[in-house]
Amino acid sequence: MLSKRLAAASLVSGLMCSSAFAADCGPEGQSIRILASDFPAIRAVVDQARANCAESAAEFSVNHTTEARQMMNAALTPNPAEYSSVILANSTLTQLMNDGLVRPLNDLVEKYEDNIPEHLRITIDGDVMAVAFMANSQHLFSRQDILQQAGVDSIPATYEEVLAAAEKIRSAGVMEHPLVMNLQTGWSLAEAFNTIYLGHDGEFFESGSAEPSVSSEEGIATLQTMKALVEYAHPDHLTHASNETQGLWESGQAALGIMWGSRGAPILEEEGSAEAVASNTVLSAAPTVGGGSTPSATLWWDGISIAANVPDEDAEATFAALVSALTPEMVAENNDDAVWMIDGFEPGPAAAGVTATMQGGARPYPMIPQMALLHAALGSELTDFLKGNESAEKALADVENAYRTSAREAGFIN
Amino acid sequence: MTTKAQSRIADSAVSSKARFRLSPLTVISLALVALWLIVAAFPFFWTFWGSFKVQSDFFSKVDWQNAIYGVNTIKETGSAFTLAGYYGAWVDEAFWRNVINSGIVVFFTVIISLTIGTLGGYALARSGRRYAFWLLMAALAFRAMPHITLVSGYMLPFFEWNIWGILPTTIIVLVAINQPFTLWMLHSFFLNIPKDMDESAMVDGCTRFQAFRHVIIPVMWPGVITTGLFSFLLAYNDFAVTAMLLSSENETIIPAINSFLGTTQVEGKVMYAVAAVVSATAPLFVLILFFQRQIVSGLTAGAVKG
Amino acid sequence: MKHRTFFWFILPTLSAMILFIALPIVSVAIQSLFVENEQVLVVSENCGPFGCTSTTKVDAEATAQLQEEQPLGQFNGLGTYLNRSHLAFAEVGEAWRGTDTLGEFWGQVSNLPFYRALFFTLTYTAVVTPVVIVLGLAIAVGVNNLPRLLKGPSIFISLLPFLVTPLVGALILFWMVDGDGVIGATIQSVFDDPTLSLKASTALTWTMLIVYGVWHTLPFSFITFYAGLQTVPEDTMEAAKIDGASKWQRMIHVVVPHLAPLMSFVTLMLLMDNFRVFEPIVSFKAEAHATSLSWIIYNDLRESGNPLYGSAGATSMLTIIGVVILLTPVLIRTWRDFNRKAH
Repeated sequence: MLSKRLAAASLVSGLMCSSAFAADCGPEGQSIRILASDFPAIRAVVDQARANCAESAAEFSVNHTTEARQMMNAALTPNPAEYSSVILANSTLTQLMNDGLVRPLNDLVEKYEDNIPEHLRITIDGDVMAVAFMANSQHLFSRQDILQQAGVDSIPATYEEVLAAAEKIRSAGVMEHPLVMNLQTGWSLAEAFNTIYLGHDGEFFESGSAEPSVSSEEGIATLQTMKALVEYAHPDHLTHASNETQGLWESGQAALGIMWGSRGAPILEEEGSAEAVASNTVLSAAPTVGGGSTPSATLWWDGISIAANVPDEDAEATFAALVSALTPEMVAENNDDAVWMIDGFEPGPAAAGVTATMQGGARPYPMIPQMALLHAALGSELTDFLKGNESAEKALADVENAYRTSAREAGFIN
Repeated sequence: MTTKAQSRIADSAVSSKARFRLSPLTVISLALVALWLIVAAFPFFWTFWGSFKVQSDFFSKVDWQNAIYGVNTIKETGSAFTLAGYYGAWVDEAFWRNVINSGIVVFFTVIISLTIGTLGGYALARSGRRYAFWLLMAALAFRAMPHITLVSGYMLPFFEWNIWGILPTTIIVLVAINQPFTLWMLHSFFLNIPKDMDESAMVDGCTRFQAFRHVIIPVMWPGVITTGLFSFLLAYNDFAVTAMLLSSENETIIPAINSFLGTTQVEGKVMYAVAAVVSATAPLFVLILFFQRQIVSGLTAGAVKG
Repeated sequence: MKHRTFFWFILPTLSAMILFIALPIVSVAIQSLFVENEQVLVVSENCGPFGCTSTTKVDAEATAQLQEEQPLGQFNGLGTYLNRSHLAFAEVGEAWRGTDTLGEFWGQVSNLPFYRALFFTLTYTAVVTPVVIVLGLAIAVGVNNLPRLLKGPSIFISLLPFLVTPLVGALILFWMVDGDGVIGATIQSVFDDPTLSLKASTALTWTMLIVYGVWHTLPFSFITFYAGLQTVPEDTMEAAKIDGASKWQRMIHVVVPHLAPLMSFVTLMLLMDNFRVFEPIVSFKAEAHATSLSWIIYNDLRESGNPLYGSAGATSMLTIIGVVILLTPVLIRTWRDFNRKAH
């Protein structure tokens, strides 16, 4: 850790001496205060920004916390705000924008456009609200050796093929529960629904309004797909989130998995895995479903946003510092920590799944103001269906009722 | 008062020794105790043993016996025991900083809690008026409020007033939300100290506060120490308040342990959390051993009449 | 004690509690009577690395203006308390009219989040509280009868479940009870059923949560009762012994009555803490099979993006009311004690 930081620092000082490449840190003597969640790729970006620009700033502080999402709105509300920047993702940008707490970045982007190609700009009605730097999505993990053993020749590309392959593995007596998915009641379960629902080309809301539309044909088809899938999943699947599914995978107890792309790199590493698991794991695009062509996944990005309630100089210095970190050198040093969207990224085998899913035309996680409420309703009301206590129609009606109750309270519908 | 209690304890110890015979009831009761001790200790010893293994052993999906024999630990480190978790937590992640923060928070929380709780508890025990009873009831209702609602309500004003993230704010919040419990306990301890003691001092011309200072304070320690221990444990083990109200440089040990687990778990870092938990329990051991007597005698004195 | 003196003694603790608990409770109570202002939605074009889509966004200006006019939001009276996420009178009424048997009625009611949570919360409280009291007393008596040398270490070990932070303690236990973990695998071999999973069935999940609850809170009741046992008057015990009372009889007729006041203290605290059960549900990822009132609050505050303060506030107030109702018998007893002492 320390050596890495030293290396980065010396790299930067080296660059500074050759002056032409010195990081442009914007106005000097400002205060840079960053709130971020806690995982390696984000640490890489922030540490690089610190190495580049901490010297020219009066203050450079970072709070990496698992509670970032819970505190960001309160932290950015006062003027001046507690943090000048939040590193966020699709859903959290919506959460801040709902309260008007992040500023449009148009002038800043223009001024520091070197590291910000067009495709990284998150633009809403012409205003750049965030600058993305990495992508993530769910996709398929397969164990080649086991598929071959069960007589499946190709990597499944659709959920129908996934189900057929799972059945073959089961009937060949290789594994009773060959499938792993993140289905923990709550956020993960709802996210699993979202991916397959998007694969069925479903729409979450009636266009332009906050009225839900999940109680639809696509919704029922999605639940039926999920029901078919969990037949092949571990009986504890309703408690499985990323850490558990990764654990099952690494111990060689699963042959097909729908997991996050960010789990690719640790799974492909030999360390901590049972024999033959890492070398036989293949990452591929998220399956399509029901004859559709959209991969069943939601695309996510992580990116930089700047608080609305801070002085313009602080905002500029913070933006300049963070953008100065989005370089090929930073990517080269942390290549496998994420699927970077920055130049210089060399997609290794760990990025294959996310890249294929993106190229397949998967849809981004919807940035709709009331989406989080629907997500929460899905998370708590679908369980009864998967446990077999309820029909698909009833479960979706429950989802809509639960959503309407909370949306009414939040002022989205009357 | 104290001597009487002590001699009683001694009496009971002697006579329990004399009574020690193997009737069926005794056998059942001994078996129950033995069973309980195993059940109580097992998860902790499992954790203690596992803290010297690598993650793929301690959290093994392949075979739980790996946690005992350390198959992967041998493969990865060459020996069946590794200090990697402890090294990672204490050296790489500078866990000692969190220990210092916890020390500050816990020390001041206990001191302030006890000071204001003692004054309040004494007043409630001596007042005897209706409003004293209703205050106690109100304190109970306050305690019923889920902490998570309270904490999420504090966030915005604390950010507005620019007092978020610092230790003093957290200390005051911890003092305040644990005050109902402290007050109840201390109040029952003071009920146990005979009224005549301070009242006779007042007849001799002391003010209420002088009587409190010269007569009550010298005899109140068992109760105060017991209550202090509970305040200590509450402040030490708190997650709901500290995780939301402290910035990362001021983090105490429990949120720090949580951040070892991270937003997404990184291979190996979970063992930092396990090692940190084992380390964090060590001072508690010392504390319990040290105060064991006081906990017992203190609790008795108060709660019996509560 | 004079009113004035009382006031000065109680002032610091009272002001801390008023500032940090009472005022927030009042503000939460007020907030629960309001719902948020209308969020003005506008259609917008949203572009990023994954292409452009047409979505909606909140019109910040229009919404801010509404907010300025009504800073607290729209007054909703008890609407939030009565909606589907809380007491759901309308849905319960409909279920009552639309079903023929009590079982069917219950089936529909338990589909509502509040009643599902309340049912688990009450079951948990009703099982854990008495078990912890009885076991705590039994173990305290047992430890008290141990030879002196063994007493210290036994007390110490008994406190362990109380000392390890639930955050990690439950994480480790979650792995231990897994089908591949040490406890889960042992249970499977004891019942000779390799598919047995503690996490997959509602009944077993409840059992697991309740056992954990007992394990985690037993030290509190144990240590309190152990302390109480030290003060059982020897002369009464001796008298009972001379009268020919057996050990069991002495236990029932001398020890238990002596510990009665202590029991109401422990009951009070246990009832309150168990009614607010929350941590084990999250740590054991048991949401699929068990939810509690505190978990609903957590869910409203954390899982909904922008927190639903009104909804969380309403559930919090209902929790307080629930606690007060549960505690009433014990409180009446305290009231009588108080009057007896005062006069």
